[in-house]
Amino acid sequence: MRALERRKLGIGLLFCAPWLVGLSVFMIYPLLAALYYSLCDYSVLLPPVFVGLDNYVELFQDRLFWKSLWNTSFFALGSVALGTVMALTLAILLNSKVKGLTFYRTAFFLPSLMPLVAGSILWFTMYSGQGGIINTLLKKIYIDGPAWLTDPNWAKPAIIFMTAWGAGNAMVIFLAGLQDVPMSLYEASIIDGANWLQRLTNVTIPMISPVIYFNVVMGVIGGFQAFAQALIMTGSTGVGAPEQSTLFYVLQLYNVGFMDLRMGYASAMAWVLFIIILGLTFAATQLSKRWVTYDR
Amino acid sequence: MASPNPLQRTTPIIHLPLIFLAALFLGPMLWLFATSLQPREQVGRVPPELMPRQYFITQGSEHIVVTPPQAVGIDKLLVVPAAGPNQGQQLLVDPQAFKDGQLTQAVRVADHEEPQTFAATLVRPIAKTDVTVKEWLLSKYSKTVPRVFYVHPEQVQSEVQPVWGNYPEAIKALTSGEKDKSRSLSELLGLSVYPWTEHNAKGRTITFLTYLSNTLLVAILGVTGTVISSALVAYGLSRITWKGREALFNITLSTMMVPFPVLMIPLYSVFRSLGWIGTLMPLWVPAFFGGAFNIFLLRQFFLTIPNELSEAARIDGCSELMIFWRVILPLAKPALSVVALFHFLFVWNDFLGPLIFLTKPETFTMALGLQQYQSQNGGGEHHLLMGASALLVLPIIVLFFFAQKTFIQGISTTGMGGR
Repeated sequence: MRALERRKLGIGLLFCAPWLVGLSVFMIYPLLAALYYSLCDYSVLLPPVFVGLDNYVELFQDRLFWKSLWNTSFFALGSVALGTVMALTLAILLNSKVKGLTFYRTAFFLPSLMPLVAGSILWFTMYSGQGGIINTLLKKIYIDGPAWLTDPNWAKPAIIFMTAWGAGNAMVIFLAGLQDVPMSLYEASIIDGANWLQRLTNVTIPMISPVIYFNVVMGVIGGFQAFAQALIMTGSTGVGAPEQSTLFYVLQLYNVGFMDLRMGYASAMAWVLFIIILGLTFAATQLSKRWVTYDR
Repeated sequence: MASPNPLQRTTPIIHLPLIFLAALFLGPMLWLFATSLQPREQVGRVPPELMPRQYFITQGSEHIVVTPPQAVGIDKLLVVPAAGPNQGQQLLVDPQAFKDGQLTQAVRVADHEEPQTFAATLVRPIAKTDVTVKEWLLSKYSKTVPRVFYVHPEQVQSEVQPVWGNYPEAIKALTSGEKDKSRSLSELLGLSVYPWTEHNAKGRTITFLTYLSNTLLVAILGVTGTVISSALVAYGLSRITWKGREALFNITLSTMMVPFPVLMIPLYSVFRSLGWIGTLMPLWVPAFFGGAFNIFLLRQFFLTIPNELSEAARIDGCSELMIFWRVILPLAKPALSVVALFHFLFVWNDFLGPLIFLTKPETFTMALGLQQYQSQNGGGEHHLLMGASALLVLPIIVLFFFAQKTFIQGISTTGMGGR
């Protein structure tokens, strides 16, 4: 039996060999190397020089670091909140035997396929303050649209609206969740005299809460990595115009690392991002115990 | 019959919010394709128009295609001077400049301008409500000076006419302005003949087609690598029982949380020391070593395949590799196509990776090439930006209509999209 076990171990490791290499070379090594670089003065061109915690001390006094952290948190939470409400609304509307269901589902889903670069260019032109299509349409209903991407107060919301346009992806996930809710629960709630809203808040939402939860966590983690939208929509200067209102965390990390070649400092930013995401995930698992209904 | 699920009861009123939301979601898509087919002068007009239009006027028996009309704005006079620098030409002048058959005109003398007076004949007054149109020249590079017409708005007719030529022009025009200096990978792929570009001794101009072949190269190699390696690893993690299997699986799951930006600086320095920066290799070689998400997805699928099938094959004397290849892979086709599709979408849309690792224009992917063109020519040539953006999304839409089931199943079973 020992020989068989050893044989199975060998075969198992052999099948997993590509991943064992990939895991160490493309995941574990870079993660640890980033930690080491974050304690160094490193420009890629020269070998890293150990400087202790200097990078972190400087980072926490860096106005742009805090600014980018605030911008990114605002964007991540805003886009996830709006995107989730939108996706849930679409899914609930479509979870019926309405005529033209396939058409509607396709219409809501298609925008989520838009490559981010192309989508950002498209919305950049639509947001144009002077004669852009969005402000022209708003004027038709007597709303004076803001200057969107050139207004520091509206640039982030503008990017959030664009992100919510891609809610079709989450809608498909929610729709699948809604269709799994057992009919007997609705029948029971009707016997108990629950109305439409009560059934929504007491049956539907709790039943798909694991799906919503998973989506929100993944959405926030994804939101913290936003980069291309800001680079493309608010000027290729990379400073996160206007008034650094769209200087997102990864954009700042990219600027510091690849424009200023301060790779050590950028690695410190990278590790802070990693710890933030770890913390968010941990907090989410704790909260989920209270809010998410897992038993079916 | 009323369904007990309140959310499945159908009332016609539900169409109202649905139609409104569908318009909201499809609007920008429609706008993209409509503007990508508009003539150059129509894109960015105030107020904006949706439909691509061709404008024309009729002069005698001549049917002249013209640019979109622009209002004159103030009352003017159209005159023909009998002498001076504009002798014999039609000129649009302010009413004050023309009096009693005499035109006062600023003429450049040596290094300054001074007013001079010439005899001139009045053609007709132009009202401020009239419009100017320019003769539409087929190519913006044409040497001919376009004729200008001042006409009543009603004389300009128009018809809906998409400019399909924007697409080939976008393919041709989206260049980095540099020549391909190396014998590029695309040549090895047999894509060396680009029908739309000019050839010369120094090399070929880098265009959107170069970017397309780069993207496809990364996609084909990446999809192949990711499907093969992830399937192998998923097999090892699900169909063979060995010590440490669960531990490796848990580590694999937890790495799904590590974001790419955290890893990108050390990855850059690894690839740099390997001499891969400026080549496509950083974008496809890692795919051959599996990916956490794909391994997870395939493992879950492999677990649903009954063990009896493997046992039967083992009794028949099949090796593990044979079972993997002959029994498991054929049964896992739906899951494998989800992995392939998602990786293709990832490569097609990826921007940060190419931005960091690709330093030479001849290696750019489409997404990067488009962004670089936009950042260099931001304001102008909107019709080309829209054309190129449309070309970037069109293949994905076509793919969706062919593989709709794989898209929907992949997203709803994994809870993720193409990232």
